[in-house]
Amino acid sequence: MREIPVEQFRRTLEHEALQAAIYTATGRLMKERARVVAPEVLPDFEELRDQARQIKRHTLDNLDYYLEQFENAVVKRGGKVVWCKTGKEVVNFLQELAASKHARLIVKSKSMTTEEVSLNEQLAHQHVEVVETDLGEYILQLAGERPYHIVAPALHKTRYEVGELFRDKLGVEKETVPEKQTAIARRALREKFLAADIGITGANFLVADSGAVVLVTNEGNGRLTTTVPKVHVVVAGLEKLIPRAQALPVFLKLLGRSATGQPLTVYTSFLAGPRREGEIDGPEEFYVVLLDNGRTRLLEDGNKRESLYCIRCGACLNHCPVYRKIGGHNYPWVYSGPIGKIITPQFLGLAENAWLPFASSLCGACAEVCPVKIDIPTILLELRKEEQTLALRQGKGRAERLMFRLWAWVMKRPALYEVLGSIAASVLPCKEGQVWVRDIPAMLNRGPVNAWLSQRDFPTLPKASFRQIWRKRVAKG
Amino acid sequence: MAEVLERIGCVVDFPEKQTCCGQPAFNTGYWDEAREVACHFLDVFRGAECIVVPSGSCAAMVKLHFDELFAKDARRLDEARKLAPKVWEFSQFLVEVVGVEDVGARYEGVVTYHDSCHALRSLKIHDAPRRLLSHVRGLTLREMDSAGECCGFGGTFSVKFPELSGAITRTKIESILRTGADAVVSVDASCLMQIQGALSRAGLAVRTMHLAEVLACR
Repeated sequence: MREIPVEQFRRTLEHEALQAAIYTATGRLMKERARVVAPEVLPDFEELRDQARQIKRHTLDNLDYYLEQFENAVVKRGGKVVWCKTGKEVVNFLQELAASKHARLIVKSKSMTTEEVSLNEQLAHQHVEVVETDLGEYILQLAGERPYHIVAPALHKTRYEVGELFRDKLGVEKETVPEKQTAIARRALREKFLAADIGITGANFLVADSGAVVLVTNEGNGRLTTTVPKVHVVVAGLEKLIPRAQALPVFLKLLGRSATGQPLTVYTSFLAGPRREGEIDGPEEFYVVLLDNGRTRLLEDGNKRESLYCIRCGACLNHCPVYRKIGGHNYPWVYSGPIGKIITPQFLGLAENAWLPFASSLCGACAEVCPVKIDIPTILLELRKEEQTLALRQGKGRAERLMFRLWAWVMKRPALYEVLGSIAASVLPCKEGQVWVRDIPAMLNRGPVNAWLSQRDFPTLPKASFRQIWRKRVAKG
Repeated sequence: MAEVLERIGCVVDFPEKQTCCGQPAFNTGYWDEAREVACHFLDVFRGAECIVVPSGSCAAMVKLHFDELFAKDARRLDEARKLAPKVWEFSQFLVEVVGVEDVGARYEGVVTYHDSCHALRSLKIHDAPRRLLSHVRGLTLREMDSAGECCGFGGTFSVKFPELSGAITRTKIESILRTGADAVVSVDASCLMQIQGALSRAGLAVRTMHLAEVLACR
């Protein structure tokens, strides 16, 4: 099991500028979202959420049918579907494809799914240059970092940091005005688009009956990636399916609003198959790589399969008190925040990511904003239970389990509970009127007590317990 | 709480055998231990007319999570389902069941209200405590900018991830301080312990009060 990265947490928590950047950016996204989902702006918001959820449930319940339908439709349009069980298979496919096309340069539009398989690093081994074309992703690629956030990958970078990064990596003057920085990136990227052999994108939705891939972006880089290079490869998780295009308005209304507070993203592209006779643009070859990577394992679990409903809007991250403190790089995998906490252990294995489901105060803010109403807190509770069962089998966490066994044993014995209460009152600081203290006898200042005292004071116990007061009251009548 | 309930004409009984609802174990993944304690809860409160709880978190546990806990025990599940509708968080009971908003309280001071996560999001309690506070003579309620955001407690989260938990609380406290209130009021003792513990550590004079404490003042 990976340990809790306590030191890493501490570094993030103590980094004042970073804390301010995360808090401000997520706070802004929260406000923007609240504005456009307000009942006076979008009266049917709740109905849309329910509908989206039902569509996702229906699709996943019948996934085998829709996958087959999708593949047939893609093939009919002249494209090809590639099935990949693991990330390694995706890498292999793309390496072979790049080799067969003698590709030297690949442009990529933002895709979390390709982050799952560390595609860029893998292709670099083969001397194929992969360039991220989403502005945030481009910044991170130059900085050598992975995305900080599902939709706002460079959320933690200030414009001053970006200015220095562009100066160092692109050899330009330091520029701190975001619009001018965008122009610098645009010039650099335009050359890449024109020279690219292959374009790789993710997918926001895969439409089963028409074989269309739906891509929503804000920068237009998605359109260049899918139309200029001769080969277009879509890499998508197989949960991205929806039955037909008629279901799209529901999701499009929810996605932009939940993510960035936009009623609709700037570009919504429908891509279906390679260029056809008479068309003036589009790729010559069109591939859809469908990745499993642990997803079908979730299908078997009735309780937790709704984790796959996620449309990757990032709203749960913005509203999460934990994410807003530790940011996106302290999670073990590419998916951070509440959704990362539930899908990482399920995709990659709970034993290796055992601490993740516990890193939550269970405040429920995530579930409240989720556009498809994934009950993240309940799934976290399920995962915690599973982890404790696993730990029991492996003989781990004995001290904590013993503590809870003792606790339960006492809680079933009210008389003992009361006796222990009065013993505690005689050992621990006990004063008239409540006082908060930070010093307690050293022998007691261990484990959870010590953890509590590292941040907060303890209340002293009252001289009389509630039961004693109550009895007196009853006796008095 | 008992004083306030009696003041408005309720007959209050305190079954002395009660201990805990089982939530600490449930939230930490020890469902077997939680189940034992939850069974004790069901036994102690069997036959009660209304169970009023001075905690949104405990009320949510009994009302919402006993279902999951007893999913495989038909007899207990049935008991839990019969009991659940009788369980009320204190402010909700006053406003929705008894229909009282003015309990005749007086408290001189400016307070701000902290929504506990379970009261707000699990039980959808937002207006009830505010209405009760609005009728307290001498009291001014000043809303903070993040009333609905978590205080950082989260049960064992507070000791499994102490730095993180503490950092969340300090942000909450900044928001409390911006209101200039001299007390923070909530319906959950655990949030109040977290907030007060951090206030005290920071040497701040703002105090925490349970809603029942405020309503008991005359």
